[in-house]
Amino acid sequence: MSDYMHSFELFEPASIGDASKLINKFGKDGWIIAGGKDSLDWFKDRNKRPKAVINIANLKELRGIKDNKDYVSIGSVTTLTEMEDSKLLKKHFPVLIDAVSRIASPQIRNAGTLGGNVAQDTRCTYYRDGFPCYRAGGNTCYANTPTAMNREHAVFDVARCVAVTPSDTAPALVALEAEMVISSKGKTRKVMAEEFFIGPATDITRMTALKKNDILVEIRIPKKWAGAKYYFEKVADRQTWDFSLVNIAMVAKTSGGKISEVRMACGGVQCTPRRMTNVEDLLKGESAGPEMEKLAKRVAAQGAKALNYNHFKIPLMGNLAARAVRSMA
Amino acid sequence: MVEIWKDEIVEHEEFEFPPDPADDFEWAPATAEIAGNQPDLPLNTWQTTGVSRRDFLRGVVCSGVAVAAASYVMVGGIGKARAAIRGVERLVSLNINGKIRRVDVAPNETLAHTIRYRLGMTGTKIGCNRAECGACTVISDNVSIYSCSTLTHMVRGQKIRTIEGVASASGKLHPVQQAFIDELGPQCGFCTPGQVMAAVNLLEKNPKPTVDQARRAMSGNLCRCGAYDHYLKGVMRAARSV
Ligand SMILES: Cc1cc2nc3c(=O)[nH]c(=O)nc-3n(C[C@H](O)[C@H](O)[C@H](O)COP(=O)(O)OP(=O)(O)OC[C@H]3O[C@@H](n4cnc5c(N)ncnc54)[C@H](O)[C@@H]3O)c2cc1C
Ligand code: SF4
Ligand code: FES
Ligand code: FES
Repeated sequence: MSDYMHSFELFEPASIGDASKLINKFGKDGWIIAGGKDSLDWFKDRNKRPKAVINIANLKELRGIKDNKDYVSIGSVTTLTEMEDSKLLKKHFPVLIDAVSRIASPQIRNAGTLGGNVAQDTRCTYYRDGFPCYRAGGNTCYANTPTAMNREHAVFDVARCVAVTPSDTAPALVALEAEMVISSKGKTRKVMAEEFFIGPATDITRMTALKKNDILVEIRIPKKWAGAKYYFEKVADRQTWDFSLVNIAMVAKTSGGKISEVRMACGGVQCTPRRMTNVEDLLKGESAGPEMEKLAKRVAAQGAKALNYNHFKIPLMGNLAARAVRSMA
Repeated sequence: MVEIWKDEIVEHEEFEFPPDPADDFEWAPATAEIAGNQPDLPLNTWQTTGVSRRDFLRGVVCSGVAVAAASYVMVGGIGKARAAIRGVERLVSLNINGKIRRVDVAPNETLAHTIRYRLGMTGTKIGCNRAECGACTVISDNVSIYSCSTLTHMVRGQKIRTIEGVASASGKLHPVQQAFIDELGPQCGFCTPGQVMAAVNLLEKNPKPTVDQARRAMSGNLCRCGAYDHYLKGVMRAARSV
C-alpha cells in the first residue's frame, strides 16, 4: 500500500516549555503536530519529511475554552468539536460556531485543533502534490500558467503565488479581532489575527506569522463583539470535506436601526482572509436594506482579478456580501 | 541489567545535531520528576506510566522482543556519554475494546495500520487513507476519529473501540448493527464498519437525534454504493430501539 510515511522520531513533551525546547533544538528538522490532519497528509506524500515530530495534542495547558473578564481564550489544541459544543462560544460568538461546524467532517473536527486549523498550509494542489513551485522554494508557479487548473485560486493580492487561505475559522477570527498568543523560546508575544495571516509578498513560504520555533498557545477573542449580529456562510462543492471556494464572516452592531460598527472578512479569495473594508465603510451609519445589499454587492469584489478558471469567485463574493447585509435587515 | 542496557544502545546515525543545547534544559516539573534520579535520561515521556526506562528495557531484553526500541536513543551531547532526549518507545499498551494489548508500534504508524496489521482486526477498513472517506472510523475516548489519519502513539492512553467490540460479548448485535440489517444498509459492506462506529458514537452522545442531526453526524462517512438513506433510516430505527 502506498501512503506510508517516512520514518521520524516522535516526541511527547510533558509541558509547553519542553515542547518549545524540543522545537528549538530541532529547528527546521522539527515539526509540531496537534490533530495531525494537515501534517500526516504531507508526510504520506513525502513532500515534507521532518526528522522530529513533536506532539502537543496531549498538553492539557493548551486545551480548553476559558472565560476571562474582557476576552474568551481558546487553547490552541482545543478540538473543533469542543468549540462547536461550547456553550460559552455559542453565547458570545456564534459566528465562530457557524464557521467551525462547517469545517471538513465530524471525525476531522473531533481530532483537528483550532491551532492546526489556523496554522494549516495552503491547499494548492500543485504545491501539495510536491511541485517545486515558488512556495516550495522553486522558481515558477504551476497554478498560474495558461493551462493551469486554478479554479480554487486567488483573485486578489497575488504576488507570484496565487494560493488561498484554506481555513474556515480564519475569516471569523479576523472579523472578531482575535489575538493570537505565540510562545517562542520562553517568550510570548501577541499578534492580531489580521497580522497573523501573511501573504506571499511578506513571505512566500509561510501562511502565518508562525516561525519554525513558534508555538501558538491560545487564541483570545475580545468580548467587544460578544452578542453582536453576525453572519457566516461557506460555499464549497460538497457540504462535507470540501474547502471553501469562498466564505464570509461578519459581525456588526446596530443602534437605532443603523449599523454602527461592522467587520467583514472573506476567505478563499487571497492568501489571507480579506477584510472587506469597502463594504464596511459603505455600511457604517446606514440601515440594512435592498439598497445597501445592491451597493455591497457592487463594491465587494472591487479590484479582483480572475485567473483562467476562477471568475466565478467575483460574483460569488458580491452575493455573499449582499446576503450578509440582508441578514441584518 | 544495566550492562545489557548499555550494550543495546545503537547510536542514531541519521541525525546530526549541532552542539547539544540539552545541557541547558530546565525540566518542567512533570518531566523532572519522571526523570528523577536518572540525570542521563531526562526526557522520556513514556515513563509517565510509572515504569522506569530501565525496568522497561529489562522487560524488553528479557522477553527478547525487538530491541529496536533502543535505537531510538540519540547521541548528541558534546563531552557527554549519552544523549538526553529521545522520542516515544515503540512498545506500547493499547486499550482496544476493553482489552490491553501490548504491541510494537513504529512512531510513524497510523492507528488503522496497527489495528489491522499488527493486531489482526481487519474489521476496520482503509479506503482513502487520507481522512476523506470514513471507512476507518473508530471511537477513541468517546469521540469518533479516522484511524487512518491518527498516529497510534498519539492515542495510546485512550480507550479505543473498533467494530469488533461493538456487539456484546455473547454475540448479540448492537442495536445499530441490527437496525442496519433491518433497513438493508450494507450493499457491498465496505463502508459499514465505519458507518456503524459513527452511528454508535452519535447515539451515545445524543440518543434521540433528529433526522438532520443524524444526517450531519453521518456526513463523515462515504458510501460508494450510495446506501445513505438506508443507513440514515437505520440510525433512526436504532434510536427508537435504544
Ligand atoms: C479531508 C480534509 C478536509 C478538510 N476540510 C476543511 C475545511 O473545509 N475547512 C477548514 O477550515 N479546514 C479543513 N480541513 C483542515 C482541517 O480542519 C485542518 O487540517 C485541521 O483543523 C488542522 O488541525 P490539526 O490539529 O489536525 O493540524 P495539524 O496537522 O496537527 O497541524 C497543522 C499545521 O499547523 C501547525 N500547528 C498546529 N498546531 C500548532 C500550534 N499550536 N503552534 C504552532 N503550529 C501549530 C503544525 O505544525 C502543522 O504545520 C480539512 C482537512 C482534511 C484532511
Ligand atoms: S499557487 Fe502558490 S502554492 Fe500553488 S503552485 Fe503557485 S506558487 Fe505554488
Ligand atoms: S481510510 Fe480513513 S477516512 Fe478514508
Ligand atoms: S455499502 Fe458499499 S460502500 Fe457503502
